[in-house]
Amino acid sequence: MEMEVLNLTAVGPAGPAFAAQVGAEAGTNAFSCYQCGKCSAGCPLSYAMDYQPRQIMRLVQLGLKDEALKSSTIWLCASCATCTTRCPREVQIAAVMDTLRAMARREGYPYKERSVAAFHRAFLNGVASGGRAYELGMILGYKLSTFEMFKDIDLGLTWLRQGKLKLLPERIKGSASVRDIFEKVRKLEQEEVARQREGRPAAHEGMEGHS
Amino acid sequence: MRRVGVFVCWCGSNIAGTVDIEQVKAAAAKMPNVAYVEDNKYTCSEPGQAAIQKAIKEQKLDRVVVAACSPRMHENTFRRTVGGAGLNPYLLEIANIREHCSWVHPDKVAGTRKAVDLVRRAVYKVAKNVPLQRASIDVTKRALIIGGGIAGIQAALDIADAGQPVVVVEKTPSIGGHMAQLDKTFPTLDCSACILTPKMVDAAQNQNITLMTWSEVEKVDGYIGNFTVTIRKKARHVDTTKCTGCGICWSKCPAKVSSEFDLGIGKRKAIYVPFPQAIPNKPVIDEKNCIFFKTGKCKACQMFCPTGSISFDQKDELVEEKFGAIIVATGYEQWDPSPYGEYGYGRYKDVITGLEFERLVNASGPTEGKIKRPSDGKLPKDVVIIQCVGSRDEAKGIPYCSKTCCMYSAKHAILLEEKIHAHSYVFYMDVRTPGKGYEEFYKRATEEHHATYIRGRVSRVYQKGDKLVCLGEDTLLGKKVEVEADLVILASAMVHQNGASKLAQTLGISYDQNEFYTEAHAKLRPVETNTAGIFLAGACQGPKDIPETVAQAGAAASKVISLLSKPKLETEPLVAQVNEAICSGCLWCKPICPYKAIDGKVVKERIAGGKTIERPVAAVNASLCQGCGACTVACRTGAMNVLGFTNEHILAEVDALCL
Amino acid sequence: MKYAYYPGCSLHSTATEYDATTRTVCQTLGVELEEIPDWNCCGATSAHATNHLLSLALPARDLAKAEQMGLDVVAPCAACYNRMAQTIHETKDNEVLRGRVSAVIGADYEGTAKAKSLLEVLAADVGPKVVEAKVQKPLKGLRVAAYYGCLLVRPPAVTGWDDAENPQSMDKLMTALGAETVDWSHKTECCGASLTVSRTDIVLKLTRDILDAAKAAGADALVCACPMCQANLDGRQGAVEKTYKTNYHLPVFYFTQLMSLAFGIEPYKLGFARHSIDPRELLHTKEIA
Ligand SMILES: Cc1cc2nc3c(=O)[nH]c(=O)nc-3n(C[C@H](O)[C@H](O)[C@H](O)COP(=O)(O)OP(=O)(O)OC[C@H]3O[C@@H](n4cnc5c(N)ncnc54)[C@H](O)[C@@H]3O)c2cc1C
Ligand code: SF4
Ligand code: SF4
Ligand code: SF4
Ligand code: SF4
Repeated sequence: MEMEVLNLTAVGPAGPAFAAQVGAEAGTNAFSCYQCGKCSAGCPLSYAMDYQPRQIMRLVQLGLKDEALKSSTIWLCASCATCTTRCPREVQIAAVMDTLRAMARREGYPYKERSVAAFHRAFLNGVASGGRAYELGMILGYKLSTFEMFKDIDLGLTWLRQGKLKLLPERIKGSASVRDIFEKVRKLEQEEVARQREGRPAAHEGMEGHS
Repeated sequence: MRRVGVFVCWCGSNIAGTVDIEQVKAAAAKMPNVAYVEDNKYTCSEPGQAAIQKAIKEQKLDRVVVAACSPRMHENTFRRTVGGAGLNPYLLEIANIREHCSWVHPDKVAGTRKAVDLVRRAVYKVAKNVPLQRASIDVTKRALIIGGGIAGIQAALDIADAGQPVVVVEKTPSIGGHMAQLDKTFPTLDCSACILTPKMVDAAQNQNITLMTWSEVEKVDGYIGNFTVTIRKKARHVDTTKCTGCGICWSKCPAKVSSEFDLGIGKRKAIYVPFPQAIPNKPVIDEKNCIFFKTGKCKACQMFCPTGSISFDQKDELVEEKFGAIIVATGYEQWDPSPYGEYGYGRYKDVITGLEFERLVNASGPTEGKIKRPSDGKLPKDVVIIQCVGSRDEAKGIPYCSKTCCMYSAKHAILLEEKIHAHSYVFYMDVRTPGKGYEEFYKRATEEHHATYIRGRVSRVYQKGDKLVCLGEDTLLGKKVEVEADLVILASAMVHQNGASKLAQTLGISYDQNEFYTEAHAKLRPVETNTAGIFLAGACQGPKDIPETVAQAGAAASKVISLLSKPKLETEPLVAQVNEAICSGCLWCKPICPYKAIDGKVVKERIAGGKTIERPVAAVNASLCQGCGACTVACRTGAMNVLGFTNEHILAEVDALCL
Repeated sequence: MKYAYYPGCSLHSTATEYDATTRTVCQTLGVELEEIPDWNCCGATSAHATNHLLSLALPARDLAKAEQMGLDVVAPCAACYNRMAQTIHETKDNEVLRGRVSAVIGADYEGTAKAKSLLEVLAADVGPKVVEAKVQKPLKGLRVAAYYGCLLVRPPAVTGWDDAENPQSMDKLMTALGAETVDWSHKTECCGASLTVSRTDIVLKLTRDILDAAKAAGADALVCACPMCQANLDGRQGAVEKTYKTNYHLPVFYFTQLMSLAFGIEPYKLGFARHSIDPRELLHTKEIA
């Protein structure tokens, strides 16, 4: 494997600034991490990740944003919070993973794990339209977007037969109000992205304390 | 008019770099009462001090202001300087223009302005200073040492060697402390008992040393030179003057309980000495577990004792003793790692602490030095050692590094390989070996004994068959690793002694957030406390190993020796004083004083008409008062003042800064 | 004892047997459940992987409704419970954030209702003693591995009602039913639920590790408190066996199914037919059902 040399001075003050931003959004202090690796060691998914969770924390600390946001790690993290529970420095690693996923999506980074992102999208589409998750619709939507038509077909059919999957979505009475939540959040996020692009100060108060 | 001399120090570039000395001098020259101004590169140096003395004489100065570093650094130095020139030492004020000014203000203009303010404050105050005299008090020529670990033993031997009597109070049945539990000691691997036992015997035989084991300090009154201490001698139920330590009693005792000294790995009896080399080698009866105390039947020990030493009706005894100085040497405890659910301490028998391992590997321990793992007695082949357990883990409440565990973990790895050819996997975050011969010791563990060091914290330990699987990340490779171990040793943190804060309150000394006792100055007064006459030695002040403990014990002993060898002690005159004429006798000040220096007394006074009345007023014991000033704030009539810091002084300072 | 009941989406689709037995058990034990009217999906992992505010707003809409009912919420699904607890935890001392959430859901969210998992309610509020008193058919001879998964007990700052590394509440309930529980290593290891559709390969491996551990500990079956855990461990067990050439045949119960059984409810009412690994054979050999 060819080893590239990372020029850290080229990152400059943007490095710590990125770590501070991630920390603020995740409600934790990214600088607290002392790279002990306890998070990676306990992470049930780390074997499949391209960077270990500890290494993601390192990328964040150094401000290597592209590497962090293009990693498969942030998508493979299953949010089990084993890392957060055991971190000796009380870093909220699971929340950092959430922050990085949200950031990657809103800033249009290509997804390293397309299928995972597609699943989340399909799932939320169902919720946004009917107010509740609609497994069958979600699975179909997901399959259409990933072209994984025949994967998992056995289990799906069994579940249909066992009556575990409903043919029609449950639509709640207040589904409009749920759709409204999605709308408002989308708008707020667009404003936030625009603000960041123009470098205006954060409208972020209240977002910290994510723990 | 006073004649105040102002001496502005450069402190090299420490002050002159950010404070314009010329401007400070010019401003000072215009302040009221100032008769003379001079600057100096280093005022504390010999020429600097000589310049002050010369100016006092030539310029006929009657007050001095030194604008330099913190009074904590050099106030005493400059008091001696002005004293040497014939002035009363308390006619001096320090303006701290270094720590309070140049070091914290990068802006030269603002810094200079502040320096001028600080000098003006000192000039105004010094004008109000009056000569104060030190008093002298007698010294009880006897020292108390609390705690009989290696720190206490060493300090006792040193003080006794200087010909002064010393009493060691130890709460367990024997002196020796944790060092008695250790097997070999790093970095030389000499046997702990071989170097400790002779010292214990020396302490027992020394004419100047009195050992009071199975005893605790209950109450401390008095002050430097004159402490009155109440000591509880717990009922031993064995007459130590008759007992020969033959051991028949404990061989006959039917009550078996787990041994504290062996950390539960071994057993002891209800009548016991904690270990064979104990000093004194005389047993105690543990009332909680003794069958006679529980049921009223047994007395086997008494029946078999050939010297008739055993008595069941002995009671705790309180004795009061006087001391001139106290050394606190109460040591540490190894932290109980049960809060690490992920490591399964307490759940899996073969997960043990470092101290438990010391007992396992110790030739005089419960397994006679055979490293049998607790679950099934097998000799382990693969051993995982986890460093920094508890230490450096804020989530578990211990932020600091315990300083000794890197070294004792290397020691354990070496011993395991040497004794049973077991392979150690040491999970570490940093290896910290900054002592003489320490790095070399660590090198030996890897190069000669082939311990595998893995940089990473273990996340979880779980049982799989008869193995303990340890999951970690080799952070240098960025790969998850797992080791199937036969034994897991947790290098658990060194934490404060149980009840450390309670003893601190009894003694009136301070402790930090981790309940280690605080030294008077982190760098310059490492073995003194903020309470005069009380000193610190060993791990009660913070985690440390034996060499450091012994060095500190020697230092504390030398402080005590010098204190006790003075015929009289001079006291600081900067203490509280009551103006009895206006004191209303309300005694609000009394409970506020942290040093218990204030009491009430009754004065007789003649009032108009020639009648004599009696009236209560506050009275300050000048030897106890530390001049903290809490009482002056509580006093509603303004009768209470700290000399050198009277209300008048403070108002003058406020005027100087605000008017 | 009365709670606002939040079944969550799975209990209306893949896990109706969990819903039914939850209602049965609560009725037996005198825990009154009033379903939150017109509740919506909590958003699960997908919401918090997408947008932080969204992940708080979806549960907050339900919590606000419970507030109006004047009740604390009970949620049988570990994931729903976790999202609700997380929302409460984050907004507790953060008025600004609570204001933002209220604005987004278009209703006042005060943060006064607590959220509890069904397991917590039954194991801690009701307690094994009361449960034991209701047992009619003790589950003698059944050795189960209690599987808690990740979201029920983690992170402790948010959940905090049972030990995060070695939880005991479900074990105690099972003992109260007369069953035996095994001390095993994978009680709280993650099964990868949120990746079950997108990265099935990963989920198969995680599920295998858990099944291996349960088998090695000598369990006859697993018992869990989450529809997603159940779906992975039961629904994908066949695939795991095929992929890794193993053989477990470990039924995976909801803890409420076993409680119902012990309370004397007829087995045919408990939805065993909907399991991929049919538990009836095991119950039969143990002479329990
Ligand atoms: C596993 C392990 C291995 C170690 N190995 C080494 C090594 O190889 N080499 C090395 O240099 N260092 C080693 N150390 C460190 C060593 O143990 C300490 O440096 C040393 O014991 C400190 O001595 P001490 O006298 O200050 O405290 P302690 O040994 O703790 O002694 C304190 C004494 O005070 C008594 N006491 C406490 N409170 C009271 C009270 N209120 N009243 C009366 N008495 C009281 C206690 O009973 C005890 O006897 C090791 C430590 C551990 C944990
Ligand atoms: S466990 Fe915490 S401190 Fe250790 S590497 Fe992970 S984030 Fe950093
Ligand atoms: S929360 Fe994500 S990163 Fe943390 S242990 Fe679980 S899967 Fe790994
Ligand atoms: S009286 Fe107590 S100490 Fe003596 S032998 Fe009996 S149990 Fe042991
Ligand atoms: S001495 Fe070493 S093992 Fe002990 S806390 Fe410090 S770094 Fe960790």
